[in-house]
Amino acid sequence: MPDHPMLEYGFMRHAFAAAGIVAVLGGLVGYFLVLRGQTFAGHALGHVGFTGATGAVLIGASPFSGLVVLSVLAGVGMGFLGERIAERDVAIGIVLALALGFGLLFLNFYTAFASEAVALLFGNVLAVDARTAFVLLALGLASLAGLAMISRPLLFASLQPEVAEAKGVSLRLYSVLFLGIVGLATAGCAEIVGVLLVFALMVGPAATAQRLTHHLGWGILLAPGLALAEAWLGITMAFYTNWPSSFWITSLSAVAYLVAVVLSGRRSAAPARSR
Amino acid sequence: MNAVEFSDVTLAVGGRTVLVGASFAVREREFVGVLGPNGSGKTTILRAVLGLLMPWRGSIRVLGRPPSRGDPTIGYLPQVRSNRAGMQLSGWDFVAAVHRGHRLGLPFLDAVGRREIARALDRVGAADLARRPLAETSGGERQRLLLAQALVGRPRLLLLDEPLISLDPHHQAAVVALARSVQEELGITVLFSAHEINPLLGAIDRVLYLGQRQAALGTVEEVITGPVLSRLYGMAIDVVHLHGRIFVMSEGQDMERDAHRHYEAHHAGPSHA
Repeated sequence: MPDHPMLEYGFMRHAFAAAGIVAVLGGLVGYFLVLRGQTFAGHALGHVGFTGATGAVLIGASPFSGLVVLSVLAGVGMGFLGERIAERDVAIGIVLALALGFGLLFLNFYTAFASEAVALLFGNVLAVDARTAFVLLALGLASLAGLAMISRPLLFASLQPEVAEAKGVSLRLYSVLFLGIVGLATAGCAEIVGVLLVFALMVGPAATAQRLTHHLGWGILLAPGLALAEAWLGITMAFYTNWPSSFWITSLSAVAYLVAVVLSGRRSAAPARSR
Repeated sequence: MNAVEFSDVTLAVGGRTVLVGASFAVREREFVGVLGPNGSGKTTILRAVLGLLMPWRGSIRVLGRPPSRGDPTIGYLPQVRSNRAGMQLSGWDFVAAVHRGHRLGLPFLDAVGRREIARALDRVGAADLARRPLAETSGGERQRLLLAQALVGRPRLLLLDEPLISLDPHHQAAVVALARSVQEELGITVLFSAHEINPLLGAIDRVLYLGQRQAALGTVEEVITGPVLSRLYGMAIDVVHLHGRIFVMSEGQDMERDAHRHYEAHHAGPSHA
């Protein structure tokens, strides 16, 4: 048991601040990813970000800057490459494999980075310093503002692409803008739970929200709410158990989804009988 | 003024010429069935009217103006595509996404917007339906909701692309009757594309039949005849009238029905994925 209440520790305050903004952003971005059937993209961008981080170290830059730059570039590139769903998976898969290959190569060149590489892969939110927390806060707020601005046409283009196109919405433009924001959110999530576990913070809560409500308004509130609750609760549990925070966050994310599946399964079974 | 006017129009998609030198005019407040075999250009013509495809030659006018992408006077119901994760959302959210959907900002509607959506849903009797997630609606119910979507923004011209696909005859009749009643009530023009003429008989004012890069517009009696369809199919066609239904036959085969069946088989796979 720690000697002091957890918020008396600076690293805990940084962890809560960083995880808070990233969770809200990740939950919202994830909600649109799930709506668009692009969750694989979020997963892939994390891997690409890993390459960016290892590559940045190689050229003497900070891993986080490499993570951000390459995730965003990859997201934008992905938006340009694949417009139709059928093309998307292939395009993403090719980029993903290429990126991981380069990530491995960079690690090979710079073996001293190996311990930090583990933190990149699995996250270490308790190691976030004040400066990183502020950077995450700024990036998070900018991404949220961007997402808020494009959310209406993005929703239209996601739900009814053919009609949106006819009404003058550029599908490609919004795909590129959105995946750019996904890149930023992925980089943020990677700082909290690591590139391999981005899914837990970004897609898990969003998919859970979509299971629990069919209404857009509630879903948009529930997804970031769940992500925030899972992130903060996970950090709290990590503080008291001394187990890795990423373990707790992924566990909470999985449990929440499981509960939602059971609940929604029951709900949809009931009206089916009465109909 | 004509609702849709094609003058000597040539259309091509991906290097394939779909229509050559076609001229026809759909009058305002007309309900026109758009028919023709697969690949004859039904969707292409609708996309040209929407301003998504520029003609290679000739001119198109829509309600007196050249087609322009995003024209608010046109309502559009595209062909049903494969299933999406977004279908977990309620029908209401689906229809509401169309309202000023091209504007930047948050996807929440004000009171005026909500009234507009409610009005469109009421018009097609889908107010209750819209509370359910789209994934849990039947094919006929989904077309009803999509028709409501097309009515958002009070269009003067409706383009309905194959709304009868994968519906049984009973639901086909219901969708046609609904489209016709909406058209009469609002006094708007409707282009309704379909594989088969029979569900549309009695509802349409005229028919636009496509084939062999040509188009023929006229009443059912004028267009659905052996000579005209032989030209549009590029083979000898007999038109057989039986118990109030029309069969387009070539060497004993029902051309429209077989075309439809082929299409269904082709599209059944991905839509259930």
